[in-house]
Amino acid sequence: MSDIMSDMTQTSTPLVVFEDVRIEAGQASDPKVLAQGISFSLERGKVLGLIGESGAGKSTIGLAALGYLRGGCRVAGGRILLSGQDIVPDLGRKGVLDLRSTRIAYVAQSAAASFNPAYRLIDQCVEMALDRRLMSRAEAEERAHAYFKRFRIADPVEFGRRFPHQVSGGQLQRAMLAMAMLCQPEVIVFDEPTTALDVTTQIEVLATIRDALAEEGLAGIYISHDLALISQIADDIVVLRHGKIVEQGPTGQIVNAPEADYTRNLLDQTPLARQPDRTTRDAPRVDIRDAQGSYGQLKVLKGVDLRIGQAQSVALVGESGSGKSTLARALMGLFPLTSGRIELDGQQIGSLSSRKASVLQKLQLIHQYPDTALNPRQSIRKILTIPLRRFTRLRGAALEARLRELLRQVELPETLIDRYPPALSGGQKQRVCIARALAAEPEILVCDEVTASLDKLTADEITRLLGRLQTEQGLSTLLITHDFSLVRALADEVIVMRRGEVVEAGPMAEVTERPQHPYTRRLIASIPTFEPGWLDAQRVAEA
Amino acid sequence: MKDLMRSPVVKMMVARLLIGLGTIAVISFVIYGVIELLPGDIAREVLKSQATDESVRAFNERLGLDRPFLERYFEWLGNALHGDLGRSLISDVPVSELLAQRVKNSAFLAVLAAVLAVPLALLLGILSATFRNSVFDRATGITTLACVSLPEFALGYLMILFLAVKTGLFPSLSVIDPGAPLLERIWQTVLPALTLTLIVQAHMSRMTRSSLVALFQRPYIEMAELKGLRRRKVVWRHALPNAMGPIAVVITLNMAYLLTGIVVIEAVFAYPGLGQLMVDAVARRDIPLVQAASLIFATFYVSLNTLADVIGIVTNPRLLYARK
Repeated sequence: MSDIMSDMTQTSTPLVVFEDVRIEAGQASDPKVLAQGISFSLERGKVLGLIGESGAGKSTIGLAALGYLRGGCRVAGGRILLSGQDIVPDLGRKGVLDLRSTRIAYVAQSAAASFNPAYRLIDQCVEMALDRRLMSRAEAEERAHAYFKRFRIADPVEFGRRFPHQVSGGQLQRAMLAMAMLCQPEVIVFDEPTTALDVTTQIEVLATIRDALAEEGLAGIYISHDLALISQIADDIVVLRHGKIVEQGPTGQIVNAPEADYTRNLLDQTPLARQPDRTTRDAPRVDIRDAQGSYGQLKVLKGVDLRIGQAQSVALVGESGSGKSTLARALMGLFPLTSGRIELDGQQIGSLSSRKASVLQKLQLIHQYPDTALNPRQSIRKILTIPLRRFTRLRGAALEARLRELLRQVELPETLIDRYPPALSGGQKQRVCIARALAAEPEILVCDEVTASLDKLTADEITRLLGRLQTEQGLSTLLITHDFSLVRALADEVIVMRRGEVVEAGPMAEVTERPQHPYTRRLIASIPTFEPGWLDAQRVAEA
Repeated sequence: MKDLMRSPVVKMMVARLLIGLGTIAVISFVIYGVIELLPGDIAREVLKSQATDESVRAFNERLGLDRPFLERYFEWLGNALHGDLGRSLISDVPVSELLAQRVKNSAFLAVLAAVLAVPLALLLGILSATFRNSVFDRATGITTLACVSLPEFALGYLMILFLAVKTGLFPSLSVIDPGAPLLERIWQTVLPALTLTLIVQAHMSRMTRSSLVALFQRPYIEMAELKGLRRRKVVWRHALPNAMGPIAVVITLNMAYLLTGIVVIEAVFAYPGLGQLMVDAVARRDIPLVQAASLIFATFYVSLNTLADVIGIVTNPRLLYARK
């Protein structure tokens, strides 16, 4: 290792070097290891991809490159170097602060949460340039406006005057890129910068990042859970699992000739096994007709029809703002329609408070974010007991037996029953959410983007679980999603929504194989692939 | 102007002001009504040994107490709106005359207490949040909570014991001469003001601390650190402005609470303020005086609560600058 290192120093010093880094949290006597044996180096002008599932330690490693460790974490071994300079452990807290923004910058996952709501965008973009006295305010603002313009923002000056909540997620992400580049750092750490965006917006932001890095000769560390996405931007890829490096190498090698089984699974493109089609001629269980609704002045549903048959699975796809989640909320009674009808088994159902217990029981919702959908202070037992007590007559030993049966149904070990949500992984939490919905013994399951916050392997497992439950329990399901592998595996019918209207609807195979509407085609084409040059092809197609 | 009226912020503020006015109207009715329900006969209470059937009837007639309740209420309210709060039953001096100097004295005490309490609470809260779980944080927490846990009068007597009787630093009773120079008045008022400060600052400093601690968890605070900003600037520039809304609301609510604390504290220090006047008036059954003092307290209390609501609205940039 040291020989290789000295060789590199002779040619050119790598920008970022991790040498056998070990990061721990908790008590020093009984540490929790978040990352160990992490070694890699990043050359000037190159992009390094860090890929792994949630909990793999990729964000921890990315932040450590900035000399930043979240509360309670520490570097317990190894060295982190920036341009040959030892930043961990040698440089103190203040020394590390001086490197940030000017030498190494950061772009966060959720731009909406990472901008201070109290300040205008321009003030936040120029803040560090002024704090370090690198340039005058006028110069800094001019630079920021130039970046906004380059990132295809129509009116840069007006844009800068806006507050974060006044612009879209994709625009915010570009503003954050401008903020990161303003002090001309040598390397930028991108922490899942497109995860919170729609697939179509993701392409635009990803291409912007790639072009910006290339034009200024900047290096990047790009963190993601999506290997296809990362293969479009990274020169080298480090595959992480449980805080250790599974495999690393040039992108072409990782994608075309992976060595580790884990990487091969990530690359596996075989479609998930599909349940037989369920087309039913019976009367629909759920019948939504001409649903219209608005948030204040903004019309979000402009007359939508939707029917779900017995044991049938309907997928509702579209970008954010298409109204798909609003329609699901209306079905659950959480959003009042301005006109239109929602019927369950031929009976009209109104707002949540007016619904009978039997209606509430039949319709159950699984949320997008298992992290926020579970009360962190309730044990899994408590979380599952609440709906069991509300909707079933089970008590005592029978209730206990049912609790364990529910855990088995969602393939969770029974030993988890007295744990609390923070101790569970993302996939496990989503399984608890599914078990909670099943506890009510529902007949119709509404799944709101249930795989969106999960990595591919976990998402595939959740998809298989939902497929099995559908068949075994004869559940009707409404899948709100933009994940087409979920659609292909589970849906019988697909409804494509855009700006509050249905643009295309039909049997799954027809819509996904022979999409009629250009918007549907664009949605499907926006899913990242491993094909080299895919990103450019999409860019061209959009222009 | 039309645009301004349509803005949701203006609409919400107007709504809050109307609710505040409505509340004061309801309170005025309650103040008038409750005194009506008090046991005992006002005339007999005031006239004492001279209360013959004849003198009681004459007393009631003179004060109009024989007329229907609602008629008397609206007359009283109408007069109050014109600044006529009636005459004292005891001294027959106009109530407004009795109140004038007392309101000024109380206001002086309240303002002095606020000037001491607000900066102190903010400073303690910010320091506790920045160095949370440190010895400083724990010590501040214990001290402030101990102060707020004691009954107000007990805290007042403790202050007298230690700062007046034992050390002789300040006078134990406040002798207020309206003509005295400002410094002299402050010196006379320091003990009751300090007691009030201890009472109200606990809640304010704890809320400042917890608002800031909650804000420190936000991604934009982490982002500010990842931009390389120093800790002090992260707190002052990125955390505090976002905490100001909730903190201002708590401060205003505590200023309202301070007004109620004044009634007890003035009695303890024999401070010639509105609270003491009211306590005396209740003892003497000087009904018009009690009603007027109650109405003034209620008006201040409701106004401060309304102000808290308005501050909560105008410090929220999401409300101030609507989506485009």
